[in-house]
Amino acid sequence: MILIENVSLSYRDVPILRGIDLALPKGGITALVGPNGAGKSSLLSLVARLQPLQTGCISVDGMPVDTTPSRTLAQRLAILRQDGIVASRLTVRELIGFGRFPHHQGRPGALDLALVDAALDQFDLAALSDRFIDTLSGGQRQRALVAMTFCQGTDYLLLDEPLNNLDMFHARQLMRSLRRIADEAARTAIIVLHDINQAAAYADRIVAMRDGRVIVDGPPAAVLTEENMEAVFGYRIRIEQIAGKPFLMHHL
Amino acid sequence: MADRRLLLLLTLALLSVLFFMLAGLRGNIAFVLGLRGLKLLALLQVALSIAVSTVLFQTVTANRILTPSIMGLDALYVFGQTALVFLLGGLGYASLNGGFKFGMEIVLMVALAMALLWPMLKLRMDMGLMLLMGVTLGILFRSLQALLARMLDPNAFAVVQGASFANFNALRTDLTLLGAIMTLVAVAFCWRARHRLDVIALGRDAATGLGVHWTRSAAGLLLLVSILVAVSTALVGPVAFFGLLVVALAERVVKTQRHAVLLPAAVLVAITVLVGGQAVLQHALGGASTLGVVIEFVGGLVFLILLVQGARK
Amino acid sequence: MIDRKPRWTNWTIGLAVGLGSALLFCLSLAVGADDLVFARLFDDPATVQLFLASRLPRTLAAMLTGAGLAIAGLIMQTLARNRFVEPATAGTAQSAALGILIATLLFPAATLATKTLIASVAALTGTSVFLMTAHRLPPTQPYLVPLFGLVYGGVIGAIVTFVGWQADLLQFLDIWTSGEFSGVVRGRYELLWGAAAMIVLAWWVADRLTVVSLGREISVGLGLSYQRTLQLGLVIVSVIAALTVVIVGIIPFVGLVVPNVVSRIMGDNLRGTIPWVAGCGAFLVLGCDLLGRLLRYPYEIPVATVMGVVGGLLFLRLMFMRSAHG
Repeated sequence: MILIENVSLSYRDVPILRGIDLALPKGGITALVGPNGAGKSSLLSLVARLQPLQTGCISVDGMPVDTTPSRTLAQRLAILRQDGIVASRLTVRELIGFGRFPHHQGRPGALDLALVDAALDQFDLAALSDRFIDTLSGGQRQRALVAMTFCQGTDYLLLDEPLNNLDMFHARQLMRSLRRIADEAARTAIIVLHDINQAAAYADRIVAMRDGRVIVDGPPAAVLTEENMEAVFGYRIRIEQIAGKPFLMHHL
Repeated sequence: MADRRLLLLLTLALLSVLFFMLAGLRGNIAFVLGLRGLKLLALLQVALSIAVSTVLFQTVTANRILTPSIMGLDALYVFGQTALVFLLGGLGYASLNGGFKFGMEIVLMVALAMALLWPMLKLRMDMGLMLLMGVTLGILFRSLQALLARMLDPNAFAVVQGASFANFNALRTDLTLLGAIMTLVAVAFCWRARHRLDVIALGRDAATGLGVHWTRSAAGLLLLVSILVAVSTALVGPVAFFGLLVVALAERVVKTQRHAVLLPAAVLVAITVLVGGQAVLQHALGGASTLGVVIEFVGGLVFLILLVQGARK
Repeated sequence: MIDRKPRWTNWTIGLAVGLGSALLFCLSLAVGADDLVFARLFDDPATVQLFLASRLPRTLAAMLTGAGLAIAGLIMQTLARNRFVEPATAGTAQSAALGILIATLLFPAATLATKTLIASVAALTGTSVFLMTAHRLPPTQPYLVPLFGLVYGGVIGAIVTFVGWQADLLQFLDIWTSGEFSGVVRGRYELLWGAAAMIVLAWWVADRLTVVSLGREISVGLGLSYQRTLQLGLVIVSVIAALTVVIVGIIPFVGLVVPNVVSRIMGDNLRGTIPWVAGCGAFLVLGCDLLGRLLRYPYEIPVATVMGVVGGLLFLRLMFMRSAHG
């Protein structure tokens, strides 16, 4: 369980997050949605201790993120940032292999190698495994980074806009992989999503933010109402039911 | 406003010239004055050519960080000089007439500079990459020059060392007259073109749009820059950051980039720093040999500040 | 640009570098102002003396320096996340020179090891300042960082010259600032084995350094103590730079060219590339030293001068290739 209590954040006196209180129980997919600048990415990086906490506290399974040893946390929680620029010339296999680093500290065992192979297969990367990542297309590189995050094998996965650069096929594949590990392995995924219909289709819970505050929070059916969406995004969005899921006509 | 500041700079420059000429006069006054006058003439020439060549170079490349010395042009000149000795042999070189030798060095320098810089400008190379290449070329030419010098005479330490520091004491006064003529001609050309320079500084596309024949103008300006750098390097040796320092200072003072103001301002600042600095170090601190190092240090700091400030924007 | 990690490289390159180094090694032992005939090593004590006191130390020093500088460059590039920096162009070597200058001024009686220690501390300080500033420059303009480094090094170099001038130590400065192996004899190079120790240390922590090259966020996400690894890398770079500056002098371009060439072919997984970078660095410096000894035989041209030409040309070529590939 991830517990976020009274977390605020400001950068040069500009408030980014204002008193966030949130409890994310173990298991399932939580989608963070909201307009640009709502504070979703900042919240994610605070949970993943990429930035120091200014006020409030955050804990993962009872371990406060600011005092727990980084390596211990890395075995519980993996993060994928959206601007994952990798300038190093590593092969896809080497990069994904570094996802196992928290477990083996540079001396991989048989289990680690097997998990890397599994991740290569799962994300259609086997044919690219010896390619250098700086020669891949944006989508291929994104898949490699996602595979690396998966390979870390943690209970909690924090993904910041993982669908960036992915085509429809691979976006769907990623969302289904997340659904599978959530259902079968009881792992927890917290994703910042831009495409609200992906959230509607795959998430168990949606947290909608705006201006550094949580506006609504709950299962998709409860959150995705026209009133709520207007409060979050600032305009009226028509919502239809298609194949039993809410579908937002946000582009019309 | 700009005129008042220009007047202020002029006063400062004149004061430093007076100080340089008159401080601590003693003994045979006419003789000392004559000697100092000759030295002053050389210093003025160096100030003029470095300031003007730096402004011109920054105009052609449309930025405020590049200078001819940072792009390795003075190292190029020293290299050309050594290469000439290498080709002609020590004796052949020594038997040449001084003015003729200087002329050949300048021709060689201009040819090499155009061959190196023209493709960079033509290809619209990224400014940072151009800078890095220039700095590398500078190291390369210095090494080549040292290599050639040692191939000539393995014990020629003096040649190598003389080329690696700027020396404002051992001015080549024998070249003063020839250099003065060339400097004045080059400067006259720029002064006539000062309004066109304002347009060229806007960058290649804007200048072409405003009807300036960019290719021809840029080639001509590079030619002028090479000649001016050759003159100043022949007189004092390489000075890496002096040009950058004086132009940056001049810009801060007059707060305009109009060439009609910036050119004279840069020249006046250069005179103040060079002549004044030399006089202060010589008379007040009793040792002028370190002026080159001091300028290097301050100029380098200015460069770093400009770089970090520019990057923040 | 090679887009796939070739499987043949390990063997072929290894064999080529190995054979080439062996050849250079023998040549370097044989070439010098006095002829050295290997066959007489067994019966002529003077030959043995020459071999043990001068040729062998010089050859080993060149190889250790080359390997050390190449590794220092590699780590520097990893830490700065920029392919165009190395100790000689980022103020590290100049700071080390300043350190030994100060050590010589304040404690003229100190041993070489003590002076090296002071030089290391100075190099560490100078490089930390460089890295802190480099991380603030925008990553979108990769050429600003090396440029900053070059001028930064130049400014520190100007301080060194000024202090040296004032203290009348210019002739010593020449020893520290322009790299040369002609003064290397037995008893004057052994500290360089410290560079070998640093290479082993770098190899030991290679995985951590590779993770650091992926950036702070990925490093933290993988549970690595980013700051501590940066510091460790800095210590390795500074010690190598200080050792080589004190004993041999500054040699440019080794740390730039070698890691770049190796990275193009074999990538950046340091666990795999460190041995090759070290080997190629040793090969390059020994080759340049040999060239300097042969060009104007029996006189010598300092290795820094030869490397300035050879390395400068190689580096320009690397830059052109990179800009052609965008």
